[in-house]
Amino acid sequence: MSADAVVSLQGVTKTFGDGAVTALESIDLDVRPGEFVSLIGPSGCGKSTLLRIIGDLVPPTVGEVTVNGKSARQARLDREYGIVFQDAVLYDWRTVAKNIGLPLELLDWDRAKRARRVEELIELVELQGFAEHHPWQLSGGMQQRVSIARALSFSPALLLMDEPFGALDEMTRERLNGELLRIWEASGSTVVFVTHSIAEAVFLSTRVVVMSRRPGRIAAVVDVDLPQPRTADTREEPRFFELVTEVRDRLREGGLDEDRTAPGEGELVLGEGPV
Amino acid sequence: MEVAALAQARPRFIDRRRARDLGERVGLFFAVLLALWAAWESSRWLAESTGLSVGQFEANDRTMPHIHAIVGELFEPSRRNGPLLIDVLWDAALFTAKEAAAGFILGALFGFALGVALAHSGLLQRGFLPYIVASQTVPILAVAPMVVVWVNPRLPDSLKDWGAVAVISAYLTFFPVTINTMRGLTSVDPRALELMRSYASSSWRVLWKLRFPAALPFIFAALKIAAPASVVGAIIGELPASIQDGLGGAILNFNQYYITGPTRLWATNLIAALLGIVFFLVVVATERVVVHRAPENVA
Repeated sequence: MSADAVVSLQGVTKTFGDGAVTALESIDLDVRPGEFVSLIGPSGCGKSTLLRIIGDLVPPTVGEVTVNGKSARQARLDREYGIVFQDAVLYDWRTVAKNIGLPLELLDWDRAKRARRVEELIELVELQGFAEHHPWQLSGGMQQRVSIARALSFSPALLLMDEPFGALDEMTRERLNGELLRIWEASGSTVVFVTHSIAEAVFLSTRVVVMSRRPGRIAAVVDVDLPQPRTADTREEPRFFELVTEVRDRLREGGLDEDRTAPGEGELVLGEGPV
Repeated sequence: MEVAALAQARPRFIDRRRARDLGERVGLFFAVLLALWAAWESSRWLAESTGLSVGQFEANDRTMPHIHAIVGELFEPSRRNGPLLIDVLWDAALFTAKEAAAGFILGALFGFALGVALAHSGLLQRGFLPYIVASQTVPILAVAPMVVVWVNPRLPDSLKDWGAVAVISAYLTFFPVTINTMRGLTSVDPRALELMRSYASSSWRVLWKLRFPAALPFIFAALKIAAPASVVGAIIGELPASIQDGLGGAILNFNQYYITGPTRLWATNLIAALLGIVFFLVVVATERVVVHRAPENVA
């Protein structure tokens, strides 16, 4: 474990049903400050579970997890991370502004300070004019931007994202990928990002962690040496395609069952069921 | 920016649709009223003209007064040289409304508190729920005299008698509120709970920021059942409490003189029904103001 790691996992194993199912086995991983690390793998490889273990939303069966040098539990109690789920999980009785400000309310920020911060965030995720709308009046992509703004509201050093764009159409997803990178660069935070899209993982990440089928293990770590900042043109570069191919090969070696790929999905997108 | 333009355009579109909805509702209300009136009068006319009777039942002015006679009775003196019946019933309705409103608020608060307690403890729920259900299977008429005997001596003078009736009314109110509060508080999206956990929120904060607002549509569905029930509870509660000032007293009174003046009892029932509807509408209006949910989440 390196001393300055934002997230450090040592020998993390997770079993369900009194050990009947091993979801994760001996995961060792360090995430350094400012990194953008993607976890990618086939259905049931436990990547969402791993993210929840980092966030202390589920406990590991065995192993040690530290976030910013603290235990995962202490880090959660100290609000060291923000989390974004596949669905925006907005409270539909709250307006956009009040959804974004929810964590700040829980941190007892006063009203004026909260309003200023929310205004900044609305600008950051480009939702000007929608502050007083309710979530059901927004498109899926806009809802997810609200969810990201909410996660960033209290400026956590770590952002955990669980397939945040998985439910969106390809075009919206690519646009939000670009926006996420812009936000990541602006905020200087560290991101751990779960996805089942190889192209998305390569485009966004500084490192891609490839996981194998159950029990979930780290099959390979691919360093993404594409230059920053990344733009739409990045997706056209030969190096981008080389890296996509490399990640796909590593996934195959990790025991990806091609039959599990849902028909009709793009070849870069792997089938993903509930974890 | 076209998205912003879309957002601007929304309110006007909604206003127009609301106006049309309101027009439709008012029209529908009068259409149904007319149909019920026609059904009443035509069935009486049919029974009279064919001489058909169901058992002992015979349709005449005593068993089925004309609607116009019932409504007309409201504007007749309630007794010789007395005030108009509608004035008497208006005062009685206000008195009963006071009892029912107090009972409704009392019952709703108690029902909510009980729901919160049961939702947070499976042990309490398993232990107490059978008795809570049992409380509602006992007829209110059997419980009311006991409540009057127990509660009345403990009340200050300003609450004497009608306070006991409010408690009886609360007895009918709390049950649906408890059941729906329990259900609403526990049917929260598990991911929303995970989110609150990620913010390290106390369970008190989770209750007020998440569970309670999420449960509001359930709670309002219960309040809509409870509101007319609180009026029924108040009317029935007046009987053992021997209260003459409310609708319950009026019903008892006019029931004794039914043979000579059946329309007075019918007119009183009409006013009692209207009071129940007013209570219901107040809850509906409150829900409109308080609950802002996606259309699919409104009960």
